[in-house]
Amino acid sequence: MAEEVLRVEHLNKFYGDWQALYDINFKIDRGEVVTLLGPSGSGKSTLLRTLNGLEDFRDGSIYFHGKKIEPSHQQWLALRQKIGMVFQSYDLFPNLTVMENILLAPVKVQHREEGSVKKEAMKLLERVGLADQADSYPRQLSGGQKQRIAIVRALAMHPELMLFDEVTASLDPEMVRGVLNIIKELSDRDHMTMIIVTHEMNFAAQIADRVLFLENGKILEETPGKQFFEHPQTERAAEFLGSMDY
Amino acid sequence: MAHSGINVLFEGTNFARLMGGLWTAIWIAALALVIGLALGTLLGLLRTMNSKIIRFILMIYLEFFRIVPTVVLLFLVYYILPRQFHVNWPATWMAILAFALWVSAEFSDIVRGALESVPVHQRETGLALGMNEWQLFRYVLLPQAFRLELPATINLATRVIKTTSLLMMISIMDVINVGQQIIEANNQNYPTGVFWVYGLIFFLYFIVDYPLARWAKHLMAG
Amino acid sequence: MDWSVISQSLPNFVAGFKLTLWLSFVGIIGAIIVGIIASLIQFFKVPVISRIVTAYVELARNTPLLIQLFFLYYAFPVMGWKMSAKTAGIIGLIFLGGAYMAEGFLGGFDGVPKSQIEAGEALGMNKLQLARYVVFRQGLALSMPALAANVIFLIKETSIFSVIAIPELTNTALDLIGMYYRSNEYLFVLVVAYAIILIPLIIFFDWLERRVRYGTFGN
Repeated sequence: MAEEVLRVEHLNKFYGDWQALYDINFKIDRGEVVTLLGPSGSGKSTLLRTLNGLEDFRDGSIYFHGKKIEPSHQQWLALRQKIGMVFQSYDLFPNLTVMENILLAPVKVQHREEGSVKKEAMKLLERVGLADQADSYPRQLSGGQKQRIAIVRALAMHPELMLFDEVTASLDPEMVRGVLNIIKELSDRDHMTMIIVTHEMNFAAQIADRVLFLENGKILEETPGKQFFEHPQTERAAEFLGSMDY
Repeated sequence: MAHSGINVLFEGTNFARLMGGLWTAIWIAALALVIGLALGTLLGLLRTMNSKIIRFILMIYLEFFRIVPTVVLLFLVYYILPRQFHVNWPATWMAILAFALWVSAEFSDIVRGALESVPVHQRETGLALGMNEWQLFRYVLLPQAFRLELPATINLATRVIKTTSLLMMISIMDVINVGQQIIEANNQNYPTGVFWVYGLIFFLYFIVDYPLARWAKHLMAG
Repeated sequence: MDWSVISQSLPNFVAGFKLTLWLSFVGIIGAIIVGIIASLIQFFKVPVISRIVTAYVELARNTPLLIQLFFLYYAFPVMGWKMSAKTAGIIGLIFLGGAYMAEGFLGGFDGVPKSQIEAGEALGMNKLQLARYVVFRQGLALSMPALAANVIFLIKETSIFSVIAIPELTNTALDLIGMYYRSNEYLFVLVVAYAIILIPLIIFFDWLERRVRYGTFGN
C-alpha cells in the first residue's frame, strides 16, 4: 500500500472576485512524480504556490501525511521545512555565498549543527558538479548553475516533497539539460516525491508518473504519464500537446 | 494678567497678517518655480546634447547648487548683487532669483534623467517612422519624459515651499517674520502666544506641503 | 578680494567648521538610528505604533527645519522645557533627519524583490528571520543612494542653525559680515568651507554606493 504524502480536496482559490482555481482534487504518494501541464494562465503555478502556503485559499483542504493543514501562519512555517520549493527565477540571496545560501535555513531555521550541514551541503554540491563554487557569489554563476544551487538549497532542508515551478523557463537552452538531469536523478535514485510545473514536454514525458492537465483553473484530466502523452483523454489536452511541438 | 495664548491669533488683524505673510511666501515660491522650471528644462535639454563642453559647464553649475546650502545662496545673491553689480532690487526679487537658479539646477537634472530613461527603442521607433529630431523630441520623448519627471517636480515644489521659511533671514515679511512681530508685540498679554503662533505656522506649512507630497507619492506608485 | 581679511577671519571659520561637523555628525547618527527603528516599525506594520510613526514622518518631512527649530527653541521654554540652542539644533536635525532616513530605509526594504521574500518563506523562515537574513541586508544596500542624499542634505540643513545663533559656519560668516561689512571675502570662505566638507563626501558616497551595490547584488 502506497504511503500518501499530500492530498488536496475541493480546493478553491480566489483573487478578489476572480476565481483562479476550481474544485481541485488530487493526491500524491511517496516516491511519485506528478507533473502539472497546461497552457499559460491555466493555474498550474498558482496551484503549486498554494501547496506551499505562498498563496492562501478560500475553501477546500490540504492534507499532509493524512493530517489536515490548518491554514495558519505557524503551521505553514513548520510545513515549509518539509516541502522544498524551487522557483523559475532561482532567487538565491545575492548577498550570500553559495555555501551561505545553502546553510542559512538548515542552521537558522531548523537549528541543525552547522558542521554536519556543511558536510552534507558539500556532498550535494559535488553531486550537482558545483563543489568548486561553494565560496562563489550568485553573481559569479550562470543561470544553470544558480538553479542547481537553488535545488541544493531546498534539498539541504531534508524535504519530503519537492515543488518545481518552471525551473528551466529562464535558462538558456544549453543549460536546461543539466538542471533536468538533476531532477530526473532525484526521482530515479532518491525516489523523491515531486510535483513539477514545466513546459519541457520531453522531460515531462520521461519523468511523470501522472499528469494533471489544467485549463482555466480546472483539472481537465488526470492521466498516467505515459498514457497522457500517447493517448490524452480530452480533446483540449490533445490540442495542447499538438501545439507544443516537442 | 495672562490670557489664553491661542487668542493671540485672533487679536486685531493678527490672523489676516499671518495669512498675508503666507501668501507672500507662496507667490515667491510659485514665481521662482515657474522661472526655474523653464530655465531648468532648457538646461536639461542642453545636458543631453553631445557637446562635452556644454555638459561639463552645466555639470559644474549643478554641483555648485548641490554643495551650497540654500541659506548661503540667498545671502550670496543678497550681498553680491548690490555690492558687486550695483543691482538694487527689492529683497523679494533677490529671493526669487536665488530660488529660481537653484530650481533650474535641480530641475535640469530631473529633465536629463527623464529624457535619458526613455527607452532607446522608443527613440529608434520614432526615427524608423521618419521623424526628425524635433518631431522625435516633441511627440515621443517629451510626453514620456513629462510623466517620468512629474513626481520629482512636485517634490521639488514642496522643497521650494519649505525653503521659503528662510525668507525672514533677508527681512522679507513672510509668514514667520510676521509671526515674530506678533509674538513680540503681544508678549506682555500672551506669554504663551509664541507656542500658538509657531504652532499655527508649523501647521500652515504642513497643510500646504502634505497634499503635494501625497500627490507625488500617488503618482510614483501608479 | 582682500586676502588679509580672509586670513584674519580663519580662526573664526575653523571654529565654525568644527561645530558644523560636530553638529552634523551627532544629528546624522541620531537620525540614522531613529530612521532605522521607524522604518522597521513601518515595514512590519506594527499595529498602532506604525500609524504614529507615519504621522511623525509626514509632519517632519512636510514642515521646514527653521520652524521646527523655532518651536523647539522659543515655544518649548514657554511649556517649561528649556534647552540650549545647540541642543535644540541637534534635536531638530534628528527630528527632521529621522523622518527622511525612515523614508529612505523603508524604500530600500520595500525594494527587496517579492520573489526573494518568497524564497525565504519557502525555506520556512518566520518574519523575524526574513527581516534579518533577507530584507535587512538587501534593503540597506538598496537604500544607500537615499542615505547618501540624506546625509548631504542634513549637513546643508545645519546652515539653518544660524537663525538660533549657533556659531556654526553660516552663522560665523553672517556675524563677520555684520561686523566688518566684507561680504565677498566671508561668503567666499563660507562656500569653500562647505565645498571642503561636501565634495569629498559626495565622491566617497559615489564610491561606496558602487561598492555596496556590487558587494550585494553584483552589478
